Amino acid sequence: MEDEALKLVLVGSVDHGKSTLIGRLFHDTDSLPEGKLEEIRAASEAEGKELEFGFVMDHLREERQRGMTIDTAQTFFSTERRQYVIIDAPGHKEFLKNMISGASQAEAALLICSAHEGVEEQTRRHAYVLKLLGLSQTIVAYNKMDLVHYDRRRFEEVRSELLRFLDRIGISPALEIPISAKLGDNVAGRSANMPWYGGPTILEALDRFEKGPAPLEKPVRFPIQDVYELDGGQLAVGRVESGVLRRGAELTFLPTGRMRTVLNIRKFGEEDLAEAPAGECIGVIFDRDDVQRGEVGCPPGETARQAVSFQASIFWMARAPLQAGEELSVRCSTQERVCRVSAIRERVDSSTLEHLEHNAAALQETEVGEVTISTDSPIVLESFTDVPELGRFVLVRGCDVVAGGIVTAPEAGA
Amino acid sequence: MDRLTELENRSIYIIREAYHQFGRLAALWSVGKDSTALVWLCKKAFFGDVPFPVVHIDTSYKFPEMYSFRDEMVARWGLDLIVARNEEALARGVGPHEGSKLNCCTELKTNALKQCIAEYGFEGLLLAIRRDEHGIRAKERYFSPRDRQFRWNYEDQPPELWDQYTSEVDEEFHLRVHPLLEWRELDVWLYVRRENLPVNPLYFARDGKRYRSLGCKTCCSPVQSNASTVDEIIEEIRTGRTAERAGRAQDKEDAYTMQKLRALGYM
Repeated sequence: MEDEALKLVLVGSVDHGKSTLIGRLFHDTDSLPEGKLEEIRAASEAEGKELEFGFVMDHLREERQRGMTIDTAQTFFSTERRQYVIIDAPGHKEFLKNMISGASQAEAALLICSAHEGVEEQTRRHAYVLKLLGLSQTIVAYNKMDLVHYDRRRFEEVRSELLRFLDRIGISPALEIPISAKLGDNVAGRSANMPWYGGPTILEALDRFEKGPAPLEKPVRFPIQDVYELDGGQLAVGRVESGVLRRGAELTFLPTGRMRTVLNIRKFGEEDLAEAPAGECIGVIFDRDDVQRGEVGCPPGETARQAVSFQASIFWMARAPLQAGEELSVRCSTQERVCRVSAIRERVDSSTLEHLEHNAAALQETEVGEVTISTDSPIVLESFTDVPELGRFVLVRGCDVVAGGIVTAPEAGA
Repeated sequence: MDRLTELENRSIYIIREAYHQFGRLAALWSVGKDSTALVWLCKKAFFGDVPFPVVHIDTSYKFPEMYSFRDEMVARWGLDLIVARNEEALARGVGPHEGSKLNCCTELKTNALKQCIAEYGFEGLLLAIRRDEHGIRAKERYFSPRDRQFRWNYEDQPPELWDQYTSEVDEEFHLRVHPLLEWRELDVWLYVRRENLPVNPLYFARDGKRYRSLGCKTCCSPVQSNASTVDEIIEEIRTGRTAERAGRAQDKEDAYTMQKLRALGYM
């Protein structure tokens, strides 16, 4: 049970019951620490509310007063199969950047849509963000079935509307579960109120997610994070992002093109490792001391791409709009370059998917852009599906992260 | 890769990012299990020597065992220790027996840290807080900016995507960096066992009681426990339901004391 942890994000529109579902799941599986239920009950009463399961996650006083999650939070949960890191994400449009921050840490997603309110603007927007972030493992919970008298027709109605949208963006949910988070139907225990539903509960559904395998079969990508002095020489540190780095291997470093040989791989207390698989943070001594932060080591003949111009999807998270051509910087893995969004080819409403404008001059907060980005010097990239760490990036304006992005084509082009 | 190795790698990556980013970096070391694990992770990140100071915020109300453990570890791990005390407030008689806990923690911890930052000019601080300790800490980012007054703008935190962290801030800010944010209490103890890390003897049960979370002597109560070894503590946490900070008085004063303390710059 301690050997595996899956990170799961809960997304969906404000007030569709994400925090409540987490609270209910904890309560019904006896996972709340002693005293927690009493604390929540007292805090609920202090705000003049019935017992509010959402308070398990909503800990800010402002959140409890407004009955709305403001920022993402994480908690832990265990089943017989494994542990879960549960990431709660705010549903309100104002806090989209917080939702994206939470979702960017996840490996799987649970999308909540109220059967009472139906599919809303933020339901669609969150689903689209999941798609952009590459979170393909998704289940959908249709909440508040109690408010629609556990009616199967209403469930099917909302379900078919949501499925039409998910189909457009290319998400096919593994499971769809009608629930009442508030009353506990199909959360940890099967509901007697919906005999027409024969599928798993939320609790059972969690264990059906699979963790993606470590990318050990792929060519090595070793971005240098920093270089330390060691006995008068250099020790280059970094994390192996894909493949297995082996002692004696030759690496081509991009974008400089220099070739270096791995003489020694080490961690503290392990001075001479034969190999380091993807995910390991290691130190490496090369045959020459000249690599720098931001260079990416690859096997010769199987190198990553490099470009001064590439295509990407970005989601804009700052209040001040993006102006095409303004100077920003792009950070991808440990690389940083001065850049410009040289073209906003499509400006897209992230909820309706409506293409608002072709060759736009600006991108507003919460909008998605299909863009071309130009850098002042070559940047090393991969397509997101090959090596995610080299296929995703943030844009920075001044000191602020203003956009997240996914590389769609690691070269300029149409 | 097993879960502990995954957590260790992530923490080391974050520590190295912080060190790359900040010329003046320090680690806060309360001498408890979490921050001792943090200092160990720093040793591992830099292959043996921690290349920046560790700061102990000393309220003068800590347990005697904490001071002796601190001095022993400084010698054993070759640490550059800074002791931060708000001497001015102590001279005024500020203490846990006068006024509110909120005021005492603010004066003797938060303000002591402010004075220390002003004196040494730290731009980045590594802290061993964890999300599972408290609902307010669950809201934290890995890299979290604080202004000169140490305020935490929890209603408008910067986005934090993947491994890209807020690394630069305006001059009047400093950044709190939280490499252990994703660790649970259980993970820390499993790590203590795996790495054979020294821990303060107060964590082990004597006469049916042990301290599960350490702070000031005046505001910490032991919990009922017979766990007198690391293995027994691990078993106790696995099977138990008591909250980790059940013995910490500062959490109890009112439901939002921790939020108020943290908004003012508390750890």
